[in-house]
Amino acid sequence: MDFTYDSEQKALREAVRGLVGKAYADFEKRRQTVAADPGFDEKLWQRLAEMGILGLPFSEEDGGVGAGPVELGIVAQELGRVLAPEPFLTSVVLAGGLVAAAGSTQQRQSLLGALAEGTSLLAFAHAEPGSRWSDAASSVKASSSGDSWTLSGVKEPVPHGARADTLVVSAVLDSGETGLFVVASDASGLSRDGYPTHDGGRAARVSFDDTPAEPLGAGGDASVAIERIHTIARVVACNQALGAMEVALDATTTYLTSRKQFGVTLNTFQSLSFRASDMYVSLELARSLVTWATMVLADDPASAGPAASRAALQVSRSGRHIGQEAIQLHGGIGMTAEYSIGSYTSHLTALDHLLGDGDFHLTRLSAAIGTYDEVDALP
Amino acid sequence: MQLELSPEDAAFREEMRTFFTTKVPQEIRDTVATGGELTKEHIVESQRILNAAGLAVPQWPVEWGGQDWSPLRRHIWHEEMQRAGVPIPLAFNASMVGPVIATFGSQEQKEKFLPPTANLDIWWSQGFSEPDAGSDLASLRTSAVRDGDEFVVNGQKTWTTLGQYGDWIFCLVRTDPEAKKQLGISFLLIDMTSPGVTVRPIELIDGGHEVNEVWFEDVRVPAENLVGELNHGWDYAKFLLGNERVGVAPVGATKRVLAQAKEYAGPLLSDPLVAARFATLENELLALELTALRVVAHSADGKPHPASSVLKLKGSELQQAVSELVVDLAGPASLASGAGDDSALEQWQRRATPTYLNLRKASIYGGSNEVQRQIIAKTILGL
Repeated sequence: MDFTYDSEQKALREAVRGLVGKAYADFEKRRQTVAADPGFDEKLWQRLAEMGILGLPFSEEDGGVGAGPVELGIVAQELGRVLAPEPFLTSVVLAGGLVAAAGSTQQRQSLLGALAEGTSLLAFAHAEPGSRWSDAASSVKASSSGDSWTLSGVKEPVPHGARADTLVVSAVLDSGETGLFVVASDASGLSRDGYPTHDGGRAARVSFDDTPAEPLGAGGDASVAIERIHTIARVVACNQALGAMEVALDATTTYLTSRKQFGVTLNTFQSLSFRASDMYVSLELARSLVTWATMVLADDPASAGPAASRAALQVSRSGRHIGQEAIQLHGGIGMTAEYSIGSYTSHLTALDHLLGDGDFHLTRLSAAIGTYDEVDALP
Repeated sequence: MQLELSPEDAAFREEMRTFFTTKVPQEIRDTVATGGELTKEHIVESQRILNAAGLAVPQWPVEWGGQDWSPLRRHIWHEEMQRAGVPIPLAFNASMVGPVIATFGSQEQKEKFLPPTANLDIWWSQGFSEPDAGSDLASLRTSAVRDGDEFVVNGQKTWTTLGQYGDWIFCLVRTDPEAKKQLGISFLLIDMTSPGVTVRPIELIDGGHEVNEVWFEDVRVPAENLVGELNHGWDYAKFLLGNERVGVAPVGATKRVLAQAKEYAGPLLSDPLVAARFATLENELLALELTALRVVAHSADGKPHPASSVLKLKGSELQQAVSELVVDLAGPASLASGAGDDSALEQWQRRATPTYLNLRKASIYGGSNEVQRQIIAKTILGL
């Protein structure tokens, strides 16, 4: 049993921190970046590609590096620490992950190679109005005529759906199962309306009107691939939230020791310092489950769904606690867009609702409690 | 990063599991499992079985019966013991006075006290808290005045757990009333059969007699029973309180109770609100267990892991929350705490509320949870 990173993993962390941490060391730089489309720094994205980060999870044959969940988690933590808006989670881990899992050799090589090189952005169009983190599609329908397929319906919100060069789209098949399709950005009948999200990210309404689409891989039911990629993305999202929570607590304690009221620094007031202590407890409990779920995923991706839910439940609870208290302990300045702390809370809220919030995961876990006596921490 | 135990540690865990589930009498383990009250004889018998196998005081120096285990192995030992329903070796002996004598005591004190302390031939009580010295322990007033080869002790200790069984009591006493409050304190071992020692029971809200007041009236204590140096008792007390990082959170025992509560719940387990409470508690317990593992896996250099302070705080809260769940599962039957064995209700239902009330202590003793928050704020967060 070992909860620490090896030297290569530490080197990866330092490299990403050196690049991304430095790029957004000044919060004003992040504000400017998210204020203008595409909502992230294309040059930084290119640098990440050169570093191999954008191909991290993909096999070498597909133009990637073949790294595992621990490495993905390290990158996500560093992005989370500075609220980097680059779409590593949604484009590389989620959309790229689906292509890697379900794509044909030709699709993998063309789409993932370009993604890893930073020359083409992928997005996963899955959520639909009315859907709540299901692995299935329900309103976007796929129709076939001979060998050709078309999609109709609306996906929203689609992370980076307006900027993406290629869309991976889930759609209901005639059988009622959910299939995956690749749609080019210039396909006919495709319309995309992008907008910023509350945390400075980007999303879009993407509508399909008899839009030509190519099945991902052999086509047919893709629910297993979607479920697995959702599991991986949840664990990576938890790592990203962990990085954000660390910095949110750090910023709060720094503020408490510098801000003066009534002639003394705020840390003099026990009512405030005790609340920071409780935030620390929340952070460490989250760190324990995130680290654990990342290792469970590395050991056995096929059965890591419950572990991902366990981490996500704790991160949801901890993230809300830390995010809400961070603003409260800062007082009025925490409400301003100019100061960073409120953006941490906003981003934690976005991560919480991207792939399933705490109650969603609690419902999943609750449904299974009669099937075992106790939870085993160790395999 | 690797989740699995090493093959050696996995084999060690198996060895512990086998020992605890086969060598300690079923009657004792069943009493623990059903939340019954252990007798003094149970506790003594269990500790002697462990001691004979070298498993009572592994945290002591090897020459006094300890084991040269990693913090992880001590954690595994502690968890498996709780999992099997084996009573933990008496903390006053194994975790408190034993390590203090082994570290700071004279050779004579070690030879005289350590073997019978490990074997529970001497039952130790703890004489720290006083009516006016709780969280502010250093304000204690029980005095020890040197008179020839003896100290004369006067004062009152309180919250003395299981003091009614005590043979000896280790006390913090004030030996220099002029010194700044932490500096005038000494660590003294007192035979509880000495004239002038009076033990009076304190009845608690669960109806039980777990703690006592201990009065000292001109009690004469041989000077050779002073541990370490005069007026250095506060250092030894800090050592004692800070030394037991392993086992500070009763994860194994709380997990066992929660797993048992699923059986108690029966059809209630399909109620979504009840199921969500179980799932929430299980998840928090898992997070706590993993935090404990992080602490023990990476504190081999002797320095406490920063996250260790989380363990007492969250561990006591979860212990309390699980006992609260059990009361709620018992429902109206939880009122029947005074019913005897001829009651139509199950024992767990009758014990649920006394256990819940009793466990309110967990967030008060061993440094209240407010003291823990203070430690986190000061030493970890720099506030």
